[in-house]
This record gives sequence, C-alpha cells and structure tokens, in this order.
Amino acid sequence: MKINQLLENKNFKLLNDVPSLDEGITYIRSCDLLSLVMAKGEKGDAWITVQTHSNIVAVASLLEISCIILPESIKPEEDTLIKANENDIPIISTPLDVYKIMKEFSF
Amino acid sequence: MKFEYTISNLDFSTAGEASSNIKKVLKLLGIDSKIIRRASIAIYEAEINIAIHSYGGKIILYVQENSIKIIALDKGPGINNIDLAMKEGFSTATHEIREMGFGAGMGLPNIKKCSDEFSITSESGKYTRLEIAINI
Repeated sequence: MKINQLLENKNFKLLNDVPSLDEGITYIRSCDLLSLVMAKGEKGDAWITVQTHSNIVAVASLLEISCIILPESIKPEEDTLIKANENDIPIISTPLDVYKIMKEFSF
Repeated sequence: MKFEYTISNLDFSTAGEASSNIKKVLKLLGIDSKIIRRASIAIYEAEINIAIHSYGGKIILYVQENSIKIIALDKGPGINNIDLAMKEGFSTATHEIREMGFGAGMGLPNIKKCSDEFSITSESGKYTRLEIAINI
C-alpha cells in the first residue's frame, strides 16, 4: 500500500507538507520506545506511536520510515511538524486506535 | 574526514543531528546501506545518551578509508557500574525521560550490536568516553 492510498481513507489525515506521498508502506510497527524502534525498525515501515516530540522525526528519518501515524487523534508538537517538513516525513493523524489502524492494512 | 557535534543536557531538538548529518555524508560517499544503518543507529544512541545522562558532551566522528570511528565524550557524572549499564533493560533514566520513549536501557547494547570495536571508560564525577569503530 502507498501513503496516498492510505489517505484515501477519510480516517487518516496528513498533518504536514511533504513532496511525495508515493512511498510504499511495507510493514506496520506500533512502538513507543525509541530505542526499540531504532533496533527493529526498517525502511518502509509505517510507525504508530503516541510520542509527539520532535525526536520521533529523527528516528523516522534515520530509518527511512515511510510515515508516522498518531493514533486516537493525538496531536503532535509544533516543532515536530516543522522538523517533519524539513525531513520529508509524513505525519498522519487518525481517530482510530492501534488495533483499528492495523485492520486497515493487509499485505 | 572529521566531524564534531556538541550535545547539551536534555536538548532533544538537536540530539539526532549528528546521526542525520553523517548519514547524508556516508550516502554521498557511496557507503553500503547496511553500514550506514549501523553507524546511524550507533551515533543516534550515543547522542541521546549524552543528552539524557550527562551534563553535556560531544560526538567526534572520523570517516576513514576502512572504518568509521565514533567517539562520544561527556562531562560526567560518569557511570558507576559499566557492566550493569551494558545490561539490556537497565536504565537510570528518570520517569519523565522514560515517558518520552527514551531510557529503555537499550542504548549501549544497541550501540555494541552495531559496532565492530567497542570500548567504554568512565570516571565517576568526571567523564564517560565511548569509542567504537564500524568497518567499511
């Protein structure tokens, strides 16, 4: 699935400006421990996290994660969106919880 | 090539810059993506360790013909028990830091897994010096 296909679902809303949404999502990872994401995360993952500070963008950028998904309408900090724009990391908000987000994907 | 980055205590907005910058440099040099990933992870964890656990410090990187050498040096307070600090899951991070998703006790083990050479020395109240090398 590509990011723009995910965004066709009205439950998912892009919060920042990125040049391309054509990136493929190859796996879904839900984790709030940054070191664990650093150790296990892979290029192409969609990363679900409740963390909202700007360092999530550093992690996503280093691992070339396809997008960050914030569940349950959690809002990111302003700094996070600025850094996400600088690093071309899409940040997506959804009212869904982790289980319901996962159900939207099939690989 | 030598690169140097200063990291301040609890400054999470700049922690991550060294790893991000060096990743770009290594990509431009055409280094293998698996090596870049290992170097990026190790440098990121070292940056976060300095921001979380020290009074501030710096990361010095040497990109050499056959290896990437990373030195993380901070101004203390030092590590009392290095064997314990190396244990996965052990952490002295505060509750507030853990709530941010840091301090899971995986930083040093993650760095070691990414390294071909690894050494850490520390003097209580003075400094911690981490030195690693990743073969290219």
